[in-house]
Amino acid sequence: MNKILVLFIVLFWHFQAFAALTIEITEGAEGALPLAVVPFGWEGTGVGPSQDIAAIVSGDLSRSGRFKTLPESDMLARPHSDAEVEFRDWKVLGMENLVVGRIQPNGADGYLVRFQLFDVFKGSLLTGYSIPATEADLRATAHRIADLIYETLTGEKGAFSTRIAYVESIPAADGKTRVTLRVADADGYNPQTILNSPDPILSPAWSPDGLRLAYVSFVRGKPVIFVQEVFTGQRQQVAAYNGINGAPAWSPDGRQLAMTLSKDGNPEIYILNLATKALRRLTDHYAIDTEPAWSPDGRNIVFTSDRGGKPQIYRVPVSGGRLERLTFEGDYNARASYSPDGKSLVLVTRQGKSYRIGALQLGSGRLQVLSGGVLDESPSFAPNGNMIIYATKTRGKHELAAVSADGRVRQRLTLEGGGDVREPVWSPFAKSNRRNQ
Amino acid sequence: MKLCSLNQIAAAVVLSLAVAGCSTLGGGGSGSGDGAAVSDAGSATSAADAAGAWRGNPLDNPNSPLAIRTIFFDYDESQIREDHREVVIAHGKYLATNPNVTVTVEGHADERGSREYNIALGERRANAVRSLMMTQGASDNQIHTVSYGEERPLMVGADEDAWSQNRRAELLY
Repeated sequence: MNKILVLFIVLFWHFQAFAALTIEITEGAEGALPLAVVPFGWEGTGVGPSQDIAAIVSGDLSRSGRFKTLPESDMLARPHSDAEVEFRDWKVLGMENLVVGRIQPNGADGYLVRFQLFDVFKGSLLTGYSIPATEADLRATAHRIADLIYETLTGEKGAFSTRIAYVESIPAADGKTRVTLRVADADGYNPQTILNSPDPILSPAWSPDGLRLAYVSFVRGKPVIFVQEVFTGQRQQVAAYNGINGAPAWSPDGRQLAMTLSKDGNPEIYILNLATKALRRLTDHYAIDTEPAWSPDGRNIVFTSDRGGKPQIYRVPVSGGRLERLTFEGDYNARASYSPDGKSLVLVTRQGKSYRIGALQLGSGRLQVLSGGVLDESPSFAPNGNMIIYATKTRGKHELAAVSADGRVRQRLTLEGGGDVREPVWSPFAKSNRRNQ
Repeated sequence: MKLCSLNQIAAAVVLSLAVAGCSTLGGGGSGSGDGAAVSDAGSATSAADAAGAWRGNPLDNPNSPLAIRTIFFDYDESQIREDHREVVIAHGKYLATNPNVTVTVEGHADERGSREYNIALGERRANAVRSLMMTQGASDNQIHTVSYGEERPLMVGADEDAWSQNRRAELLY
């Protein structure tokens, strides 16, 4: 089984002009900052850029739950630069911050996007940038602007330029179901299918550099763990033992993959060194041990085990050693993963008859229920720790939802068409920055 | 009719199969449905003849417990329920007497809870079926197990009706 198969798979590029996911904020936050993003001016000739930069920035910021953005129809003026801004116009509307911008032609088919962020009450400029862009990366530019505004105003890094991966099942014309693994921008745009299968796909997991996805795909009636390059489609089979090959989880340095294998009789946690292919068994118990996740410092692994009779979360040092049970509330706690700061876990917790997303504070042991569905699962932190994306089921359909880490802001992300969307996982921050298209 | 009671899977149609199934197993009509009667091949033949013997492949006999290929489980459980044991035992005996036959046991779970845990639970259900069949003399290499967890529900729905149908092991010859 040490032999690594290198396979090239066909990429199915599904470029879509419009969003595949529509995002709706179901519960708003008290204390969101009032902010206005004025539609950017176009200073060239012709129709200008295809994207409404201000609308994208505004959408990003309001989805974070930290901002309440002013509808365009309520604006008293449409300034495009500091020289045109009358702070009085925005004070009267109760705005605390204001964003204005303009787009100029830049070379044959490029743009220069300028924006400025103001403190309305102080009447001062907080920040401003000029960003060169092309038609193809206008949305990426808008997300970058949203990141800069978010970081300036909250002191935390924005996660608007990240992506999400998810599994979507689509009923096909032949009555069967096609299962696809897709990658989209964090706001649901630009969904691309990176794997298309008639059989189940499970547990996608981003590598820490955001360039690869590990996942489980059934091949000829057998679950197999693959690692796939997101941009090239090249993939490697990394585990295809007898029994379960499941729940891949990357170490923070990207060199090792924790996983569940049942090759020795029942599900245990193993650690695979991706370079040397050395495989080390971490747990040894006749109960189910599965769903490993690494702590951000790489020292510990949390996992689900029913060794106490019911599924609960346990922690074990990566080097092996003493096991510690972390969850004690209720009779079902599963699929835990760490927050980026390592201080808490998100997990699936059973509350009465409902399965919900919970956050466990590791310091106090306090479990806070964050979601309100009956069948919520697969929670995944945004890389800035501010939001958690998860799968939920409403009216018989699987959809994505997101909740702020404090549980105050909930959103539902609805897919256009008839697909069931599950297993969302939020990408890390891009290391090498934007791709060119 | 003790044997028959083991086959009360649910519906009347299944029950009628089970009653007839007793004939093939040998306990039918005798009232002595203990282990000895089951293994008493002679009485099985005569009882079956009286009811009309099945001359084809035993797997195709609609009146045999071998016709039942789905074993249901309780929530978060992998123990084979009393009312399903006899079906699994019949399959185990069949495999023991037909060493060239192989079967795939698929384990499944309902949709609640996390997906990888459900994969593990489905495997444990498949293994429970395999273990019981092996106690009847079936050999390890005749039985292939795979778990689909909650990925392949039998019934779509978000209530106990659907869930109880989806927590299952399926025997595929």
